[in-house]
Amino acid sequence: MARAVSTRRRMFFTAFAWAIAFVIFFPILWTILTSFKTEGDAIELPPKFLFFQWTLENYGIVQERSNYLLFAFNSVVLALGSTIFALLIAIPSAWAMAFAPGKRTKDLLMWMLSTKMMPPVGALIPIYLIFRDFHLLDTRGGIIAVLMLLNLPIIIWMLYTYFKEIPGEILEAARMDGASIGKELLYVLTPMAIPGIASTILLNVILAWNEAFWTLSLTTKDAAPLTQFIASYSSPEGLFWAKLSAASTMAIAPILVLGWFAQKQLVRGLTFGAVK
Amino acid sequence: MGTIVLNNVSKSFGDVVIIPGADLEIRDGEFIVFVGPSGCGKSTLLRLIAGLEDLSGGRIVIDGVDASDQPPSKRGLSMVFQSYALYPHMSVRNNIAFGLKMAGLPKPEIAAKVARAAATLNLTDYLDRKPRQLSGGQRQRVAIGRAIVRQPKAFLFDEPLSNLDAALRVNMRIEIMQLHQSLGATMIYVTHDQVEAMTMADRIVVLNKGNIEQLGSPLELYNRPDSLFVAGFIGSPKMNILENNTIGIRPEHLALSEKSGEWEGTVMLAEHLGSDTYLHVDAGRRGMLTVRASGEFPVGPGGKIWMTPEKGRIHRFDAQGRAIR
Repeated sequence: MARAVSTRRRMFFTAFAWAIAFVIFFPILWTILTSFKTEGDAIELPPKFLFFQWTLENYGIVQERSNYLLFAFNSVVLALGSTIFALLIAIPSAWAMAFAPGKRTKDLLMWMLSTKMMPPVGALIPIYLIFRDFHLLDTRGGIIAVLMLLNLPIIIWMLYTYFKEIPGEILEAARMDGASIGKELLYVLTPMAIPGIASTILLNVILAWNEAFWTLSLTTKDAAPLTQFIASYSSPEGLFWAKLSAASTMAIAPILVLGWFAQKQLVRGLTFGAVK
Repeated sequence: MGTIVLNNVSKSFGDVVIIPGADLEIRDGEFIVFVGPSGCGKSTLLRLIAGLEDLSGGRIVIDGVDASDQPPSKRGLSMVFQSYALYPHMSVRNNIAFGLKMAGLPKPEIAAKVARAAATLNLTDYLDRKPRQLSGGQRQRVAIGRAIVRQPKAFLFDEPLSNLDAALRVNMRIEIMQLHQSLGATMIYVTHDQVEAMTMADRIVVLNKGNIEQLGSPLELYNRPDSLFVAGFIGSPKMNILENNTIGIRPEHLALSEKSGEWEGTVMLAEHLGSDTYLHVDAGRRGMLTVRASGEFPVGPGGKIWMTPEKGRIHRFDAQGRAIR
């Protein structure tokens, strides 16, 4: 199986991989660096990479001007809330599709995925009007519902692939042992699928955290998450790169840390089922 | 108690009819074996009894109660699966106890029952292990332990030994039979292996294309097969079928001679098992025959032999393959 790879080759590919990773990571790095510059240094040409006057001033101003914690709190509530509610629907759905498929189950799955191909702006007006008429604009409940619906297809798909890996006979054994459907899901299916469910949760928390289109369109203040916090720094008064960067850094920091610690789970989650 | 009555039970998946209509009465304490080639519907019939598949028609009555629409959990049956289907995230102890927990039994009672089942199956030392830390035979025992601990009305076995190697299979076969004797419970056992069927069953149900071909004790099926299909399926090596499927004679019911007899033939191949020798004989216009000789037999390939069918051991069949008696 393992082919002998010469050391030089391996060094070359390692360097190449790091180079690509650096290119991908560069915008984030640049944002973080810019957040420590003065507004003057931030727009300096040619750009200063590391040798500028490091300052925390931007963070102070951002913290003074807007309540980071409220935005962050909203982000946490929206990301976790939408993921938890989606799981409550997705676990039974994926269970049904994986273990009691009908003739149209595959079509249904494809159709669900196809909704992700529609540009969201196509649904903006109707959803905006529904939100307005039902007084859901700028409410956490409303945004949780939208984010949940948005990510539901992905969550169901991910869980479906995980559940497919679980032998159906084990669930049947639970049924023979007298377990009701609820208990079968709770005591047998869910514990067996814990790794899959964990990576599903992680990925969807990240997706919900980063979701900008709907959160920007449907919130203003009370339910506004960190995406709104960032956007508020790209204002009509002009662009303040350093402050915008400071806000962005504060917004992405929690999810970056989460992603860093969970990267093993995430990679496993995304490739699960593809490689046996 | 554990009587199970199938009343015109049928099952189709879409347009595909798996079981057209089966009637069967299983007595309390009986060891009954469903046997047939793969795809004959034996597993489906078992799953219908278990409640894991919905009936397309007919009724299933368990202990006098119509169970046709009951979910598996309400039928009071236990099942041992081919893949064992143990809960991989639970210890052996919790695997065995799961059914009792679902039934809401008090903890001390569960512990006592699990301990007793484990002792019966020599699993006491393994109670805290996970299924993945066990050998195939041990996993099989856990699956059986999970079944006996609930004291079900009947046990359902779905090809439970087919994942074990040959030696272990014989041991487990004996263990299951001993279990049946000591528990006296009704057992329904599905297998494609006619040797398992013959050795274990009180009565055998031979299935073919979803139909019950014949129901009877092992020796009834062996001595008086109702059809060509049963005649060919029961017995090893297979019965010789001659003269355009109208005559059948088992390899062990042909007397061999090196000098004279009714049928003449040339030995093509000899299989030496030590205790027996199976000869594959070209009998001219009668076709190829298999003959069993007890012990060692001196004639090898190319040699001439004569065969004489034992009196009353010839089976006759009509054009539809039904036995003529």
